[in-house]
Amino acid sequence: MGDFSSQTISHIDREFIAELLGKGERLDGRAFNEYRDIQIEANVVPAKAEGSALVQLGDTSVVAGVKVLVGEPYPDSPDEGVIMVTAEMSPIASPLFELGPPKEDAIELARIVDRGVRESQMVDAKGLCIEEGKKVYMVFADVYPLEYDGNLIDASSIAVNVALLTTKFPEMKLEEKELVATGEIKSLPVTNIAVEHTVVKIGKHLILDPVLKEEFVQDCRLTMAIDEKDNFTALQKGGGTGAMSLGLIEEAMNMALDAGKIIREKIDESVKAIK
Amino acid sequence: MSPETKPDFLISPEGLRVDGRRPDELRPVELKVGVLKQADGSASIRQGKTYIIAGVYGPRELHPRHLALNDRAYLRVVYRMATFSVPDRKRPAPSRREKEISMVIANALSPALFLEEFPRAVVDVFIQVIQADGGTRCASINAASLALADAGIPMRSLVPSVAVGKADGVLVVDLGDEEDKYGQGDVPMAILPPTEEITLLQQDGFFTRDELLEAMQMGINSCKYLHELQKEALKKAYVKKTPDGEEGDDDEDEFDDDLETDLGETDMMEDE
Repeated sequence: MGDFSSQTISHIDREFIAELLGKGERLDGRAFNEYRDIQIEANVVPAKAEGSALVQLGDTSVVAGVKVLVGEPYPDSPDEGVIMVTAEMSPIASPLFELGPPKEDAIELARIVDRGVRESQMVDAKGLCIEEGKKVYMVFADVYPLEYDGNLIDASSIAVNVALLTTKFPEMKLEEKELVATGEIKSLPVTNIAVEHTVVKIGKHLILDPVLKEEFVQDCRLTMAIDEKDNFTALQKGGGTGAMSLGLIEEAMNMALDAGKIIREKIDESVKAIK
Repeated sequence: MSPETKPDFLISPEGLRVDGRRPDELRPVELKVGVLKQADGSASIRQGKTYIIAGVYGPRELHPRHLALNDRAYLRVVYRMATFSVPDRKRPAPSRREKEISMVIANALSPALFLEEFPRAVVDVFIQVIQADGGTRCASINAASLALADAGIPMRSLVPSVAVGKADGVLVVDLGDEEDKYGQGDVPMAILPPTEEITLLQQDGFFTRDELLEAMQMGINSCKYLHELQKEALKKAYVKKTPDGEEGDDDEDEFDDDLETDLGETDMMEDE
């Protein structure tokens, strides 16, 4: 049920959350550096999408799907395919989301998730080339939130990763300027995996994977994309005007590094489960 | 991608359809109520490979205000297809087709609703097509009317819906994707089961007068069957489970009344 009709929270709730954090506790009893329960189901759109995943992060859930099309490369990168991630905040997911063209927060969500995939060079763009300067694969990963109870970014990032990792599409080639299927089924040329982890600052405390109520009272959030070799491949500070000290940022990075290992294992399991 | 080719025949020499169904047979239907926690009401439907989720919010304050109706709630239906729900990627922006389908779904549902109970408010019905494989507008109506019931919107009845079509000259119910694309016509319809009145009716293709009348009768029969499935799905979501996993009784459900002795409370209730 929708607990909130507007993006406000009572002083009582605000103080209650702060008081709990002071005692080292959270609303749902989790530790500060702990994710909610994660359920990942790959291949939920088997008949139409080339790859797909449904991710439930506590009461937040998103579905991501991948379409692979053939198109022309950009003139400045004739031998590289195109990969693009989009997300929208569909009003089905929360009473807070409104109808209409995407607003700042939806655009930020899409761009953060997109950077997580792109900056880590997760998919080898050169491996998506069919014929240089003529035809390349264009990979679209689109995210639709279904339930919003905080931390859409991490849920979307996990869903996009699983959808891309499980993508299967028919190989195409150019024969006398005609596109023909070779009959082979290909996977994407994945060279790296980067997952995003979001830590929010409330007062002097840092917590991982905020629920909606915690997002309401956050000073700011820091989202970090971390790859298989524990490199940071993208950062985004957002979700408010709060400032963070270098010390807190270091602490947040450590929280994300530890969580990253657990999440990557879950992703691997879900990918293996459908193979 | 995912190339699709025309099948050699839509009705086999044995009289069966591409996917082996009889002409009056629906695809397997799975209805679930209460699938989204944030929504006031929700339901999902799987009908063949079609997969749709509907969420209802409201009655709630309407924005923008100039759309408000002084004598009843505004029923706002938004039917959207995921970009990956169809063989070629659908462009993310709402298409003209999606807008029209949203409108016909609203028209199909509103006769079942007591919208006059909530003047100036809005009842939002958001429909997300996750995988489209024919019959999405009808499946959307089936799921949306369950989501409305789940949200507690006062209703005269659930609204079941099905498409009847013509494949190789034979009338068939619940068109699959191939029958939709390569058949000779399509009649999506929805009914109010108590009166058998029709609230959604569209048609394209070629039908004679008699064929069309027969098609609508077939549709009504299938809708009645779907109505039973809808009621089952609602009961499943609302029957309380006792700790030992057996179905307990619930003062709201009347379907296990026959298990209890009527001690006359029902009469007393009516007096009040």
